[in-house]
Amino acid sequence: MIKWVDVYKSFGEKHVLRGFTLDVVEGETMVIIGFSGSGKSVAIKHVVGLLMPDRGTVFVDGKEVPTLPRRELYDLRGNIGYVFQFAALFDSLTIGENVAMGLRKQGKLTEREIEQRVEESLELVDLPNVQERFPAELSGGMRKRVGIARAVALRPKYILYDEPTTGLDPVTSAVIDQLMVRMREKLGVTSVVITHDMRSAYTVGTRIAMLYEGRVRQVGTVEEIQHTSDPVVRQFIEGRADLEPEAAVAGARAEGGGRPG
Amino acid sequence: MPQIGDVIETIGARTRERLESAGRTGRFAADIGRALLADTATWTPLLTLQMQRLGVDSLPIGLLIAVFTGIVLALLASYSFTGAVPLYFVGTLVEKTITLELAPVLTGLALAGRVGANIAAELGTMRVTEQIDALETLGYDPVARLVVPRVLAGTLMFPIVVGLAMLVGLGAGWLASLGLLHLSSEQFLKGARLFYDVFDVRYGLVKASSFGLAVTSIGCLHGLRTRGGAEGVGRAATQAVVWSAVMILVLDAFWAMTWLQGRSG
Repeated sequence: MIKWVDVYKSFGEKHVLRGFTLDVVEGETMVIIGFSGSGKSVAIKHVVGLLMPDRGTVFVDGKEVPTLPRRELYDLRGNIGYVFQFAALFDSLTIGENVAMGLRKQGKLTEREIEQRVEESLELVDLPNVQERFPAELSGGMRKRVGIARAVALRPKYILYDEPTTGLDPVTSAVIDQLMVRMREKLGVTSVVITHDMRSAYTVGTRIAMLYEGRVRQVGTVEEIQHTSDPVVRQFIEGRADLEPEAAVAGARAEGGGRPG
Repeated sequence: MPQIGDVIETIGARTRERLESAGRTGRFAADIGRALLADTATWTPLLTLQMQRLGVDSLPIGLLIAVFTGIVLALLASYSFTGAVPLYFVGTLVEKTITLELAPVLTGLALAGRVGANIAAELGTMRVTEQIDALETLGYDPVARLVVPRVLAGTLMFPIVVGLAMLVGLGAGWLASLGLLHLSSEQFLKGARLFYDVFDVRYGLVKASSFGLAVTSIGCLHGLRTRGGAEGVGRAATQAVVWSAVMILVLDAFWAMTWLQGRSG
């Protein structure tokens, strides 16, 4: 279980998270939606200890992430796959080496087993026979799939997806959505997905939470969100430009700067 | 006119920034030490590659500078002596100046540009494209994987590049003396041997090693702290070069005041 408890995080004068509280239970895919710059990426970076909260805390399987000693934090990260917004593949390494990186660090498998796991992971994202190629030789969609393969190669209990369909065409986005569903169904992975793409949110999510002004505005099943009466959530999921006054101000503020989120 | 309260606030804010920066730098140094001792399995396989990239690949620029420095030194010496000093002292001046000062400092400054900017730009790009975050999520300590092999390679390879630059500079000065000043080899070598002390070489090489440590550490520090996109990477590379050059001059003065002055006094 992943649990954010009253998390506050600021960058200088910008208060990104202001009492963010959310639970992700095992087996589900929690989709976090929200305006650009609202702090969605900041929230999931706390789960793997890439950021530490100013106040509040985060638990993963009962372990309090901000207080974990270095060694235990690295062990915990072995249980969490992270798919970055632009894949974050290592340019100087081949695709095969990229996918094998985490496995080599863990040192639990032999070189032969690592090769097999790399092959399986790439097949799982429908990218066989690309091991010898370099990231620069692949399209954006293929790089994102390699990013997913790299995350699942560790056979993690959790996967965090940071805007996995941003910048992709609708067909490629649908392929990524299918892959995320496949990871849940085939590997039983618990996922947190950050997205602006409501079609993707409805496809992959078992629950959806909207992050607004640093905290959760509403959380519910896909159906509950689709039928919400909350004006801010409605405006966001319908993608209407005729903003209610409250949402307009928040949207404009979020677009105004700060860290991506 | 600024209020006294504003002035105090500004001074306070700047002092706090400086202290925070010093604290981060201290922590960075401690992280390097910890990773160097505790995470050898991560950095050992990468050391040879970095030694080649930072050291062997820097040889052409280092040796080119040494050739011209040797020639110019010989001509300058001859010009300065103007018949008042025996011409074989050209060898003395070339040997002393090259080994004690010019080979380490000029090579160091050239490598501050080449190596410092390269490291800051590479690590800065990795930072802004989230590759460093990706390393952490895969269980790697970025300091052990990225910083330690570079800092170690710089500390070990700078003296080798400088040592070769000393030889090449001396050789170029010798050839210039033969060809342009019409000195004989015996005369040049007589001058070169006259005040030769093995300490000179040791001093130059230790200095070069400290330059290597400074240039690579500063490059890594600025690279890892990069914020923003392409502009941030450019800024990190520029700052790395500027601070590396400043640090080389500071270290040069430090060694002269501590080690060199101690001997002459």
